[in-house]
Amino acid sequence: MAIVGVVASGNLEALFERTDDESACRVEISTAAHGFQPLWEAVLRDFVARGAGGLRISINDGGARPDMVALRLAQGLRLMQGPEA
Amino acid sequence: MSQATTKTQRRVSWFEATARQRLAALLDPGSFTEFLGPAAREISPHLALFSLPAQFDDGIVIGKAKLRGHEVFAAAQEGRFMGGAFGEVHGAKLVGLLRAAKAASRDAVLLLDTGGVRLQEANAGELAISEIIRAIVDLRTGGHSVIGLIGGRAGCFGGGGIIAGCCTRLIVSEPGRISVSGPEVIETNRGVEEFDSQDRALVWRTMGGKHRYLTGGADCFVDDDTAAFRAAAIENLAGRTPLTVSVLEAEQARLKARLRRFGTAKDGSEVWQALGVTNPASVPGMDTEEFLNAVRAVRESADDAR
Repeated sequence: MAIVGVVASGNLEALFERTDDESACRVEISTAAHGFQPLWEAVLRDFVARGAGGLRISINDGGARPDMVALRLAQGLRLMQGPEA
Repeated sequence: MSQATTKTQRRVSWFEATARQRLAALLDPGSFTEFLGPAAREISPHLALFSLPAQFDDGIVIGKAKLRGHEVFAAAQEGRFMGGAFGEVHGAKLVGLLRAAKAASRDAVLLLDTGGVRLQEANAGELAISEIIRAIVDLRTGGHSVIGLIGGRAGCFGGGGIIAGCCTRLIVSEPGRISVSGPEVIETNRGVEEFDSQDRALVWRTMGGKHRYLTGGADCFVDDDTAAFRAAAIENLAGRTPLTVSVLEAEQARLKARLRRFGTAKDGSEVWQALGVTNPASVPGMDTEEFLNAVRAVRESADDAR
């Protein structure tokens, strides 16, 4: 398990947990900012293309911009690949 | 060689760190076991009603760990989530932690970073504050220490300020602020003539870490540095006397004397003058070492009074 970020304005938290299904990456997003689905999909598509199988990622969003989302996802993935995850 | 030099000189700001980073830097490496961590998803049941995002730990990290080999129960508030404010789950986690510390006969360290009670769940938050105070008093009457560490961006306000006042020892850094009514609350209720919340220098002169240390509102003043907080926490955990009626009576006497001595002062700098600080106007600009040297002889001893 890994947790990155804080739920604050322009930021988000992402909780990374392992699953058994190496062929899928499941992402749940909770946000009060509606109407940004295509943006989320684009950022997540980029992210999973780099290999994020076997992960369940739960996001609480505080209105983060796409660059912040990409940064937090990369940080979380790095932690999950680390020795203690 | 340059790498080693950089490593020893690198200072990690307590103010900038998250709650989790503070715990990692404060406690013995790898010793922290979290209770009700984010994966438990014990989130606020109220925030969704206001279309506000929840956080998986509800803005507080609790658990047990070791501090230089000594087992302690620790809690850290995340000041960036909802201003570190107490909601139902957030408060219940801290109450539970303090009660667990009592059951296990352990000291507690509280990394406070809070604006007070969360308005969206204020009744639950206020109840939690009173339960936390009760739990702290129970721990202290049992002879255990509760150490408060304050130096975060939310400061320590509202019910958090009262909780701080109940701790055995308080460690504060310059960016830390401790009060019950915060600057904007005072301005809203009493007018800008009474207190200008936009005047940051005034806020720090009346609620900031240096002022609280000078008047005995905090016991220990440290740099905005996680290593300094760790060293101070270790030092302040050692051998405290239990909270008794005579301790409370002594506190009451000291607070009365404080009011007599400084009750008419209009500003922190007037209090420092009355204390006998040589050049009160220079206090805000001093670095930690200068400040401690300049005020050590004149500051009011906190003992247990705040």
